[in-house]
Amino acid sequence: MHAFDPTLLRGDRASVRFEPGPAEDKLILSMGPQHPSTHGVLRVMLELDGEYILRAEPILGYIHRMHEWMAEQRTYYQFMPNMGRVDYLQAMAWNWAYAGAVERLAGIEVPERAEYIRVIVAELNRISSHLVWWGAYLLDLGAFTPILYAFDDREVILDILQDVTGSRLTYSYFTFGGVYADVPADFAPRCLAFTQRMRSRLPMYRDLVTDNVILRGRCEGIGELSVDQARRYGATGPMLRGSGVASDTRRAEPYGVYDRLDFRIPVYPQGDAMARYLVRTDELETSCDIIDQAVAGLPDGPFAANAEDPEAPQGRSQLRRRGGSGENCRPRALRRQPQTLPGQAARAVLFQPERLLRIGQGRAAGRCRVHPGQP
Amino acid sequence: MNLELLLRLDYPLTRLIIGLLGVYAFVGINALVLVWVERKVAGHVQLRPGPLHVGPHGLLQTVLDAVKLMGKQLVAPAGSDKILFWTAPILAFTPVTVCFLPLPFDPHLAPIRMNLGLVLILAFSGLGTLSLYLAGWGSNNKWGLLGAARAVAQSLAYEVPLLLSVMAVAFTAGSLDLYEISARQGGWPWQWYGLKNPLAFFIFLVCAVAETNRAPFDLPEGESELTAGFHTEYSGMGFGLFFLAEYANMIIVSGVAAALFLGGWQGPFLPGAWWFLVKIYCILLFIIWLRWTYPRVRFDQLLNLSWKWLTPLALLDLALAVVVAGFGG
Amino acid sequence: MAVVQALRKTFTDLKSLVIGLGVTGKAFCRPTVTVIYPREEVDNLASFHGHVELAGKDDDPAVPRCVACGACAKACPSRCLTVLCPVAAKEDKAGGASVTMAPAPQKGVKTPGQFILDFSLCSLCGQCVRTCPVDSLRFSNDAYLVSFDRKDFQFDLIARLRRQAASPAAGGGLR
Repeated sequence: MHAFDPTLLRGDRASVRFEPGPAEDKLILSMGPQHPSTHGVLRVMLELDGEYILRAEPILGYIHRMHEWMAEQRTYYQFMPNMGRVDYLQAMAWNWAYAGAVERLAGIEVPERAEYIRVIVAELNRISSHLVWWGAYLLDLGAFTPILYAFDDREVILDILQDVTGSRLTYSYFTFGGVYADVPADFAPRCLAFTQRMRSRLPMYRDLVTDNVILRGRCEGIGELSVDQARRYGATGPMLRGSGVASDTRRAEPYGVYDRLDFRIPVYPQGDAMARYLVRTDELETSCDIIDQAVAGLPDGPFAANAEDPEAPQGRSQLRRRGGSGENCRPRALRRQPQTLPGQAARAVLFQPERLLRIGQGRAAGRCRVHPGQP
Repeated sequence: MNLELLLRLDYPLTRLIIGLLGVYAFVGINALVLVWVERKVAGHVQLRPGPLHVGPHGLLQTVLDAVKLMGKQLVAPAGSDKILFWTAPILAFTPVTVCFLPLPFDPHLAPIRMNLGLVLILAFSGLGTLSLYLAGWGSNNKWGLLGAARAVAQSLAYEVPLLLSVMAVAFTAGSLDLYEISARQGGWPWQWYGLKNPLAFFIFLVCAVAETNRAPFDLPEGESELTAGFHTEYSGMGFGLFFLAEYANMIIVSGVAAALFLGGWQGPFLPGAWWFLVKIYCILLFIIWLRWTYPRVRFDQLLNLSWKWLTPLALLDLALAVVVAGFGG
Repeated sequence: MAVVQALRKTFTDLKSLVIGLGVTGKAFCRPTVTVIYPREEVDNLASFHGHVELAGKDDDPAVPRCVACGACAKACPSRCLTVLCPVAAKEDKAGGASVTMAPAPQKGVKTPGQFILDFSLCSLCGQCVRTCPVDSLRFSNDAYLVSFDRKDFQFDLIARLRRQAASPAAGGGLR
């Protein structure tokens, strides 16, 4: 056996930078990406005094998977499956982001039936993603059962989406101009049956988890994010709505047919972990409402535009010109702009999912300054 | 040979050896059965069947798991303190033996009849915590260290209300002998101390769950927080011993609860030992049920619960019990 | 009043714990929802998009519709498909004409000689199915693919089509 070499414990650059020397009475802990609760994507350097965290420094980057580079090596159509892997739990939404961006650039009209189908499958996917979130969140908190109940509900969604797309998790169902294939005949009644089932399960979730005193003790008052902080960090989605800002892209910048649907946006002002939890669980119900309305309004028609060999999008030269004038981009950042359009579309999608559709209007992809006063 | 005749023999050493053998056999078989019960209950609560394929309804699963664990390589991490590291699992199993001795399964089936049985159990249950601490410290692992520190603080905090609630029952019964306490109750539920002193029963159960590091108080093990807490670095038989010790501890506290609060071996139709087993398993099932229902309590909330809620309540309960015992008896 | 509120809160808290136990207790008494493979199998595999396979011609199911255009191989993001066409090589000195395989498309060749799918690279996106101009590719619904060797996932789709044409029930699994 070799003698134990303590210099091996010096750590990597991040840990050396965090604490250059030995600390008295304080424990330096690298809560690394390999940890049951960080799920392989987050690393936090912690300075602990017993159980109290005195300093916490996140080290990011473990989720970088070079999607923009992959986009640069592929054609438009070839990149579509990658978008499903960016967030494999909500693959439909990311498919839609990419397809929508390219459709805006190329000026492809999407038929109405396809728009409705997109809304329905995207909302079903949102529910399945939220169910995984709910189950995994509680698993991290130590409750081993709710994840199984969530997966039981999720199986129904996965069966529906399997009959529609053929896949159960990483769907590649969207195409430029619509969807890949039409929905089967029993799609509408199955969706309605599912929303009914989901609604009947929500009280059980509330009884088992949401009202539970132990869970409320773990979540209330934890991780408070003020409105100002949320805006400055560029928070979107439930992080923002959990801090009291009633901003939802489906209402603020409607895409698809969301402007024709009536749904409630859950907003909670406390800004703590409980507020964000409640936002997401309420979104389950909101998605059920959206699905009900969209299924009721599903029109007949083609499921994809006949966009065989569309013209190369005009936005390419426009984007380059805009980028070339250096507007809002430092020259150094400009040099690293991906040159191909799938790459730029990918970059916009990945960094600013809520603003990606602006790419079609010719603005630079990399703008990241938040205008004060914007909702 | 007549079992009763053998047991009435006036050879204390013989009795002790037979008792020890019986205890080991009982602990071993019960721990195996209990693991299977836990996995099955967990499965059905989670709408799945649990172990199913190994043996009929998965009954042989634990046996083969134990064989698998015994076959694994014994690995200790570099820089760990070998003596502490390997002492800890063995130490975890030692108090189990001692704590089983005073449990009165039956008027004739208490391995040792001692008038301070309760004190013995309470004293040796703390030894298990020492083994957790040695494991965490000796692992050369910060997660283990955190788990060990939590184990010590938690154990300390929950010993106090446990003791107080047990004292309340001892005052009511007038004895520290588990046999005596069981004998003074009756076979029917309204004669049990659990219904005469429900607060003590409740406090005892909560403290029992916390002392055995079971969810929702399983922070020293804290799977999603501390990787595996104090037993992060253990695999193979080291882990197996901790695992078995946890279930054996559960059986002990359930046995104590059955003796103190549920009338021990007394019951209508069946002979005593069967009732004792039934009561033990009812409490065990309840503890297992708790694990699969609740999320984990945060550590400061755990300590708050003990020091700010359970200890004052247990004191109050003890005072009431003393008053009632003083005036009634 | 604060005391009353505290007591009420304690009561609600304890009640929430009991209600939680009720939920799991009820779930315990319900039958399980698991499909225990291999004793049972799921019943909705017909719509599952497994790996791609060739579709045979209507009049001769053992011959693929494929016209060896190579569009599917080009459309694939992961380069899983290898379509090779038999090309007559130059005559060698002995006077016989030999045949080599070259990647599709090749001038004058309308049938594929070899059609290999490397399933270890495939992401089931369906671009190949969509791109084929003669609808020669379709999804199979093979879900039970198990092997010890990566080479078993190089599917020879023409051989598979021939097997399927010979006995329509066959074709599933790796062999």
